[in-house]
Amino acid sequence: MTLPTVLDELELDALTELVNIGVSRAAVSLREMVDEQVILSVPKLRLVDRANAVSILREREDTRLVAVHQVFEGDITGRVMLIFPETKSLELVRAVTGGDLPLEEIIELEQEALAETGNIILNGCLATIANMLERSLKMSLPEILHGEGPEFFELAPPPEAGDVVMFMYINFDMQLRAIQGYIVMLMDLPSMTALKQLLQDFIYRTTGETAPRHDTGH
Amino acid sequence: MTYKVLIVDDSKLARMAVTKALSTLHPEWERVEATNADEALALARQSPPDIALVDFNMPGRDGVVLAQEFRNLKAGMPVAVISANLQHEVLHRAKDAGAAFLPKPLTVDALKGFLDTAIGELESAPR
Repeated sequence: MTLPTVLDELELDALTELVNIGVSRAAVSLREMVDEQVILSVPKLRLVDRANAVSILREREDTRLVAVHQVFEGDITGRVMLIFPETKSLELVRAVTGGDLPLEEIIELEQEALAETGNIILNGCLATIANMLERSLKMSLPEILHGEGPEFFELAPPPEAGDVVMFMYINFDMQLRAIQGYIVMLMDLPSMTALKQLLQDFIYRTTGETAPRHDTGH
Repeated sequence: MTYKVLIVDDSKLARMAVTKALSTLHPEWERVEATNADEALALARQSPPDIALVDFNMPGRDGVVLAQEFRNLKAGMPVAVISANLQHEVLHRAKDAGAAFLPKPLTVDALKGFLDTAIGELESAPR
């Protein structure tokens, strides 16, 4: 099942643009860390349900995955994850640590470097979205998860039925290291409804035009 | 003097934001929109704009490549690349292409600064 009616076309466009701005800002920070240009792809955004999210990951990735996971709380509450193939994990750590360290040290630093990198990308992205929506979001500390994918969507507390998963596909390419990642946000339907309202307000502030309202059942 | 401005961005919201800022400053100017580099270049070949405002991160060719193509088409055309991606490499490429760089989200003040310079250039250039 896809969820085309949760956000209309302009709201989805606005959200994609917010993500684009957030990720672009995060790339500036990441560039300082890796000391080389980070080339971003154009973000693509897709809203799906939980079951679909699991099968998307299974179809696209046949390796084990790493996720940097953070919880956000505020007017909208949910989880955000930066997910990429486990095989790229050490590459990313090499990139942020300078690349001259022996393998044992890189492995030792892996958790910390992943948490820090994930934190910069996810915080950069969410802080921009929150600021532009004129709301504040509290972010938890980053946590590193390893797995096949499905377990990332089954974290405690157990999910309510009807959760919405927002997939944002984005590539972070560095000259020597092509690291493709996904940013995934999980929100429940009340948070999605709140986000829809915030996006409508944002669209109005930005363009002076009111987005077509939809009956949200409230 | 009124001018024709070409706005290029794959995001409709972003084009609407630029349009709003532009119409605050110069409501009488003609505005044309395109969603990617190919479409923008086709429009510009048909009827070249005086000024172009282009997004950086777009499907296909990026905004800096497009800025260069615009300036190859019409030497001295004032072009601004708009992005939140302030990496040195992007800023340098924009500068090398002869384009101005404006941070996203675009503010009316930043756009005004660019357009005032652009008007100065256009008015002093032989037409």
